[in-house]
Amino acid sequence: MLFSENLKIALRALRANKMRSMLTILGIVIGVATVVALLSIGEGATASITDQIQSGGSNLLTISPGRQEARFPGAGGGYRQTSYLYYSDYQLLKSALAESVSEIVPVYQSAYTVKFGDESLNTNVTGVLEAHKEIRSFEMSDGRFINDGDNKSQALVAVLGNTVAQDMFGSLSPIGKTIAINGVRFEVIGVLESKGASLGSPDDVVFIPIETGYNKLFGETATYNGKKTVNSILVSVMDTEGMDTVSAQIEFMLRRSHELKTSDALDFNIMSQADTLETLNSVTQTLTIFLGAIAGISLLVGGIGIMNIMLVSVTERTKEIGLRKAVGATKNQILTQFLIETVTLSLLGGIIGILLGVGIAYFFTVTGLISSVITADSILMAFFFALAIGMFFGIYPALRAASLHPMVALRYE
Amino acid sequence: MIQAQDLTKVYQMGDSEVHALNGASFTIDEGEMVAIMGPSGSGKSTLMSIIGCLDVPTSGKYELDGLAVENMGESQLAEIRGRKIGFVFQQFNLLARTSALENVMLPLTYAGFSGKEREERARKALERVGLGDRTHHAPNELSGGQQQRVAIARALVNEPSILLADEPTGALDSKTGVEIMELFQSLHKDGGQTVILVTHDTFVARHANRIIRLSDGKIVSDEINQNPIKAGTPRTEE
Ligand SMILES: Nc1ncnc2c1ncn2[C@@H]1O[C@H](COP(=O)(O)OP(=O)(O)O)[C@@H](O)[C@H]1O
Ligand SMILES: [Mg+2]
Repeated sequence: MLFSENLKIALRALRANKMRSMLTILGIVIGVATVVALLSIGEGATASITDQIQSGGSNLLTISPGRQEARFPGAGGGYRQTSYLYYSDYQLLKSALAESVSEIVPVYQSAYTVKFGDESLNTNVTGVLEAHKEIRSFEMSDGRFINDGDNKSQALVAVLGNTVAQDMFGSLSPIGKTIAINGVRFEVIGVLESKGASLGSPDDVVFIPIETGYNKLFGETATYNGKKTVNSILVSVMDTEGMDTVSAQIEFMLRRSHELKTSDALDFNIMSQADTLETLNSVTQTLTIFLGAIAGISLLVGGIGIMNIMLVSVTERTKEIGLRKAVGATKNQILTQFLIETVTLSLLGGIIGILLGVGIAYFFTVTGLISSVITADSILMAFFFALAIGMFFGIYPALRAASLHPMVALRYE
Repeated sequence: MIQAQDLTKVYQMGDSEVHALNGASFTIDEGEMVAIMGPSGSGKSTLMSIIGCLDVPTSGKYELDGLAVENMGESQLAEIRGRKIGFVFQQFNLLARTSALENVMLPLTYAGFSGKEREERARKALERVGLGDRTHHAPNELSGGQQQRVAIARALVNEPSILLADEPTGALDSKTGVEIMELFQSLHKDGGQTVILVTHDTFVARHANRIIRLSDGKIVSDEINQNPIKAGTPRTEE
C-alpha cells in the first residue's frame, strides 16, 4: 500500500475530529515554536553582541577595580566597592608600557543631572582623554571630540552622545550651546554618531575632559585616601600577539603599586575582548540550555498528549480496524497506517510551530527588540524533532491497533 | 471448496471455558448456496469466522481450496481473506465519511492494485449491485439497503471464491431484506458465486439450496432444500 494512501487515510481521520486534532498538537506547536524562536533570537543576540565587542577592537584590554563586598542589609543592600584603581596607576602604566602599547587612557564616570534650558536629564558623565575616541572607534556626527588642549587648559567643554543630543536638543544643533552639569556650565563642542542600543554604548553619555572633571566637577567622590581614582583604564596593545605579555606586565606592576603580597588575590581585573566574549558566550549557553530544556519538556508533554489521543482513537476505531483486517489488511499495514497518522499529527504541529516560531523571531526583528537570525539548522532540527516525537509516541498506539484480533475487533461494540 | 472436519472452538472466559463449536464437519462445494441456521448463541458467527479465516479452530481440520488453514499465521490468513473471501456483515461496517467507491476499493488497496484498476473494478462491482449512480455518496447519504449493497460490492470486488454473509438482512426492514436476498440469489445464479448465509431466520435460510442447522456448536441437520424460495415471494412462516 502506498504512502500517499496512508496519508489520505490519516488526514481524513484527523479532519473527522478537527478540534481534537488541533488541541492535541498544541503542545508540539508550542514546543517547536519556542525552540525555533529561541534559537533565532539567541543566534541574533549573540551575533550582534559579538559584533559590538569585536568592533571595540580585538587588541583592547580593559582594567577595572576587582573587589566588591556585599553591603550590610541595614545599609540598603547592593555592593560596596572595596578596591580602587588610581590615576597614578594609569600614569605608572603609561610610562612603563610606552614600548608595547599604542594607546592607554584613564576613564572616570559618574551620574549627574544635565540641564539645558527647561530640559533636564540624569545621565552618565565620562571624563576622557583625546585618545579615547580612537580606542573606542567613535565617529563624530557633528563638531569635534575632546582633545589634549582641552585637558591641559581644563576647558569647560562637552561632547554629547547621540541620544543625549536628541533628547535635549531635538532638531536644534547643540554645537556652541551651553549645558549645565550639576550646576557647572559646559559648552557643547561635538556630537557622536549613534552606535545603537548596545553594551557600553556611548549614546547615553556626556564626555568631558578628565582633567576638567577632577578639578571642577567630580570633587571628593573621585578621590580615595587623597588619591584620584579611575573607573577603568583602557589599553590598546600594539599587536594582538603581545596581549598576554602586556597583560602579565600590567598585573605585575599593579600588584606592586597596590602592595599585594604574592598570596593575595588580585584587586583588579584585566579583561580582553576575547575574555568578555567568552563570559558572554557561557552566559548565553546556559540560558539556551535552560530555555531549551523547557522547550524539550513542552515537546515531551505534547508527545504524551498525542499518544493519549491516538490510544483513544484506536479504541474508538476498533471496529474499523476489524473491518480493515477482514478485507485483507495485514498487521504491518495497520501498524503503518496508525504510525503515519501520529507522525502526520506531530509533523503538522511541527510545521505550525515552525511558522509560529519564525513569526515570533520576525516580530522581534521588526519591532527592533533583537535582530534575530533564522537559521536553516534550527528549522530542520525542529522538524526532525517533531518527526521523532511522532514516531516515538506513535509506535505504541499503532502496535495496539495492529495486534487487535480481527474477530474480537469486529465484535467490539 | 470447503472441507471442515471436527472443528471445535473454545473461548476462555476468565476461569470458565465456552465451547462455541463442538466438532462440526461438513463440505461445501464451489457454486453452492448454503444457509447456516441456528438460534442465537449456537455458534454461527464463530463458524463463519473460521470459514472466513478471521480465526483458527481450537482443534479440527479446515481446508479452503485445498489449503490447510488451521495452522496458518496471521499474515497468511490476512492474505487469504483478501484474496478468497468476501464478507458481508449485519451492520454493513462501511467506513464513515468515505464514498461508496472508496469503500468498495478498500480490499483492492490492501491487495496492492494500482489506483486505476482499483477504481475500474470498484465501479463494476457497484454496477453489479445496482448502485452505479451512487459512487460518490457517503454511507450517511445512503439508505440501509443501499449501504448493504455497497458492502456486498465491497465483498465482490476482489472476486472471492466465497461470499460470506453474517445476518445480512438483520438490520434491514423485511422488504429491503427481500431485495438483498434477491441480489444474493442472482449473484449465485448468474455468477456461479459460492454464497454462505448465516442467519437465525428460517425464512431467509429457505432462500438457499442447502440448509445446515447448528445447535450448541454441533451440526444437527444438513439438508438439501428442494424448493428454495424465490426472492420476492411474500414471507410465510412454515
Ligand atoms: N470472543 C469470545 N469470547 C468468549 N465467548 C465468546 C466469544 N465469541 C463468542 N463467544 C460465545 O460463543 C458462543 C457462540 O457465539 P456466536 O458464534 O456469536 O453465536 P451466534 O452467532 O450463533 O449467535 C456464545 O455463547 C458466545 O457468548
Ligand atoms: Mg452471530
